[in-house]
Amino acid sequence: MSKISLNGMDNMQYDVLREIGNIGAGNATTALSQMINSKVEMKVPKVELLEFKEVPEIVGGAENLVVGILFTLGGDIDGMMMFMMDNDASSHLVNLLLGNLLNSDNMGSSKGEGFTEMELSALNEIGNIIAGAYLSSLSSLTNLTITSSIPYMANDMAGAILSVPAIEFGKIGDKALLIETEFGNLDKSLNGYFLLIPTLESYTTILTSLGL
Amino acid sequence: MNKMIKVGMADANVCKAPYALTTLGLGSCVGIVLYDPIKKIAGLVHIMLPDSTKIINNSNKYKFADTGIDSLIKDMTQIGACKANLVSKIAGGAQMFSFGNEQEMMRIGDRNVEATKNKLSSLGIKILAEDTGANYGRTIEFYPETGKLHIKSVGKEPKIL
Repeated sequence: MSKISLNGMDNMQYDVLREIGNIGAGNATTALSQMINSKVEMKVPKVELLEFKEVPEIVGGAENLVVGILFTLGGDIDGMMMFMMDNDASSHLVNLLLGNLLNSDNMGSSKGEGFTEMELSALNEIGNIIAGAYLSSLSSLTNLTITSSIPYMANDMAGAILSVPAIEFGKIGDKALLIETEFGNLDKSLNGYFLLIPTLESYTTILTSLGL
Repeated sequence: MNKMIKVGMADANVCKAPYALTTLGLGSCVGIVLYDPIKKIAGLVHIMLPDSTKIINNSNKYKFADTGIDSLIKDMTQIGACKANLVSKIAGGAQMFSFGNEQEMMRIGDRNVEATKNKLSSLGIKILAEDTGANYGRTIEFYPETGKLHIKSVGKEPKIL
């Protein structure tokens, strides 16, 4: 019943989508926290309807260097899921995970000068696990079948990476609607973002499945 | 010091020297610079999609290669550029994620570049230089004063076209 229009969403729809972000990112954060055996907190999810030119700003500016891991969604809903961390946080994360395995030569890469194959592969796997946690909780909440692609990774400027989901929204309108959750630890060294970016029809599917 | 004018996604702007135009973090989108070298007037449009006729919701002209270029020419002639003088430089159209399969949406960068070239050639506007394709993002700056397009990418030497 509840149709989402990019021009007018009611508060109820915003609240429900925010709660979806809350549950999904909550699970994903827990998975991350267990992997690195350290506390990771998440902020209150934001449901944002953005002009395209605002999209690159959500993760700290268009030129901010980030690792982005993208999944295309399938099954009952279409869209994309993205896990993003800036380069410093990404290398901090791989060092936490692989620290004991890496020799000191490899530690040089933690300055944002690009990552080794091993580090990229580890990040890819981390992305895979936590996106899986996000999506499986979303799937059990809504009773919808949600499948995801293999992870696709890019290490580049945030604006360039975010152009990929933005273009998908460009096909149907002049704004992008996304569910964004920021996570991080206390000293901010592990900050990153989960972005859930369903297509417009899939927003409707999700809301309908929840009885709205 | 040059004054820099920012152009966002699906947006455009025009300027005269000594002002300059920039767009940050171009991915699969294409940055199209049109330039009147005699009047030193430049325009930059940041397009996201190749073809406005394939999309129902096409009210934002700057979103598409075809209508974006048309609208940019109009904007430029309004501030005194002469259409017959126009030349162009283009950048962007990268494939940010290396998708293994041949999904149509994954080739969007290539298609944007192709549509841009077709549109420019149908208008008889010469492409003086391009830095397109590949798999990395680009930040571009165009200076009407010199007619040079400066391109920065992560982990690469800056280019001047």
